[in-house]
Amino acid sequence: MPPITNMHKKILLAHGSGGSLSHRLIDEVFLKNFNNPFLSEKDDGAVVEIGGTRLAFTTDSYVVKPIFFPGGDIGKLSVFGTVNDLAVMGAEPLYISCGLIIEEGLDQGVLEEIALSMAQAAQIAGVLLVTGDTKVVEKGGADRIYINTSGVGIVKKELPVNGIEAGDRIILSGSVGEHEVSVLLAREEFPFRSQVTSDLAPLNRLASDILGVDGVKFMRDPTRGGLATTLNEIAEGIGLGIMVYEDKIGVSDGVAAVCELLGLDPLYLANEGKMVVVAKQDCTGEVLKRMRQNPLGKESEIIGEVAAELNGRVCLRTKIGGTRILDMLAGEQLPRIC
Amino acid sequence: MKYIDEFRDRDLCLCLIEKIESLLGDSEVAIMEVCGTHTMTIFRSGIRTLLPQSIRLLSGPGCPVCVTPAAYLDQAIALSEIEDVIIATFGDMMRVPGSGSSLETQRAAGKKIAVVYSPLDALNIAKNNPDKKVVFLAVGFETTSPSVAVTAIEAKKRKISNLYLLSAHKRIPPALRLLAKDRDLNVDGFILPGHVSTIIGINPYLFLAEEYGIPSVICGFEPLDILQGICMILYQLKEKRAAVEVQYKRVVKNDGNPGAMALLNKVFIETDSEWRGLGVIANSGHAMVEEYKELDAKEVFSLKERPSVENEGCICGEILKGRKIPNQCPHFGENCTPYSPLGPCMVSSEGSCAAYYKYA
Repeated sequence: MPPITNMHKKILLAHGSGGSLSHRLIDEVFLKNFNNPFLSEKDDGAVVEIGGTRLAFTTDSYVVKPIFFPGGDIGKLSVFGTVNDLAVMGAEPLYISCGLIIEEGLDQGVLEEIALSMAQAAQIAGVLLVTGDTKVVEKGGADRIYINTSGVGIVKKELPVNGIEAGDRIILSGSVGEHEVSVLLAREEFPFRSQVTSDLAPLNRLASDILGVDGVKFMRDPTRGGLATTLNEIAEGIGLGIMVYEDKIGVSDGVAAVCELLGLDPLYLANEGKMVVVAKQDCTGEVLKRMRQNPLGKESEIIGEVAAELNGRVCLRTKIGGTRILDMLAGEQLPRIC
Repeated sequence: MKYIDEFRDRDLCLCLIEKIESLLGDSEVAIMEVCGTHTMTIFRSGIRTLLPQSIRLLSGPGCPVCVTPAAYLDQAIALSEIEDVIIATFGDMMRVPGSGSSLETQRAAGKKIAVVYSPLDALNIAKNNPDKKVVFLAVGFETTSPSVAVTAIEAKKRKISNLYLLSAHKRIPPALRLLAKDRDLNVDGFILPGHVSTIIGINPYLFLAEEYGIPSVICGFEPLDILQGICMILYQLKEKRAAVEVQYKRVVKNDGNPGAMALLNKVFIETDSEWRGLGVIANSGHAMVEEYKELDAKEVFSLKERPSVENEGCICGEILKGRKIPNQCPHFGENCTPYSPLGPCMVSSEGSCAAYYKYA
């Protein structure tokens, strides 16, 4: 990749979009300064060993706006998001921490609602919120409330990306784009509404349902940056190409309509309750069977395969049978003029 | 999704591709799609990978972001430096480089820049911020300009006096004439923009066939539309005739949308306009009429026109004319990428360089 030649070297919103600018920031700032073997894996979390136990450890900050959206809120998101990061690392999520940054003037009722939502989410996912911290900043110093959660879990099965080989199949647990569309529309910046609700859900049970199948090699939740970004991260991690089939990737009518109106590509939209699984071809029948038995995976499909001959690129076989590159997002998705 | 999936039907596409192959025979044909949205459909659906290699598809100057000159961006950036100004803009414009900065960089530096989806959103921002001056970056072709005209009319009617327009509106037909009379242009047919034609109808294009003998088809934006449009051009070539035909009949009427044109002409008047890469084209832009000058940001803020400083070696102009393709540019993929675009064709999601970079 060419070097960053950002004219003024300021952090832009696009650096937080999960696309290639985010990746460059990680490489050029964090890896450079914090470099160690755990971090350089560039996974969603780290696997560390303590007293002979393999522990998965991850952290994530939640700044979603608005803080309440159809299908969830910032509290529930902060619990499920971290649970999911642990789950796709092949771990059983156990304990979660919670750091709150609150803007002065927030209604206490709102905070109570968020706390209740976090408690319910923790109960559903089977984790405990065991430690926390609260800071209040002056008006304008934050936008209502930000939440950071960290989580630990015991690794049941390690799923290193380099276990993936050409010929392995890519499975997706359901349709894409619902979370980002529901949040986007909840901002009420558009003169139209939709029925789309966020897919926010804990993936730990769906993950553990298939962890026992021999041949399950890798899992990832396609959150910020969407399915396309996740596939590119996998391709980059293994140095092999991936071919995916557009007609196998579910997009609900509501999401498709919003994308058509605003000129967005659903493959780059964030999900919070979907899972990408890479599995050996001969076990896909069993994996699909198990995933489809779980309500969160009932629409699971094989959407593509790992291919040696694509020069490490992710390609899309389009609905009409053509082929194109499915690259990482360059920055924010910008709505078009016409 | 209804009315979308039907136009992405694989079997029908394959039928049309077979038809194209048989019409083409051994000949080589170059077709220019004028509109950026066509370029995106062609790349996103992978049409190029399905067509015979003897059809060359060239991307023309029909991306409004791409043809907006750096000098205009410089004016917008200068306005954003004024304390009580809010810039309202379509999202595409955020990353377009001016001579120095971009709106995205200005926003990071704390300047007030709002991304809007309709010019009427800018009117609401003005209404809700009476102590601020809201400048809407009025960029786009005839597709977009009537809605800007409506916004100006509404602003006057509702006595909202803190909304201003910085007009860089463009008209497509004069740019097409410039291309058509270019002796070096090697184009056998035009795919004409569907949405612009919805407004202006077919008459403004007739010169393409009558004066220059170039087969032209007004097309919709789904894969089937474009493939059918290519077929229609090939039929004309085979029958050795040139006409302006409408493929996008479900939307485009021969006389366009007279109501929208009337609104447009109430607020705007034709004027010479600078196109990035193509230079100044006579009567190819829209300035505000006398009655609406009080909304004209150029007048109100006394903006000076400075010549654009383009990046050296950038061949966007040659690309917009269909003379070169993006990967013939020395900067392409090297120091000009969607992450840090040098030229306009790379920055817009509908620019041909961005399409080549992302999808080809």
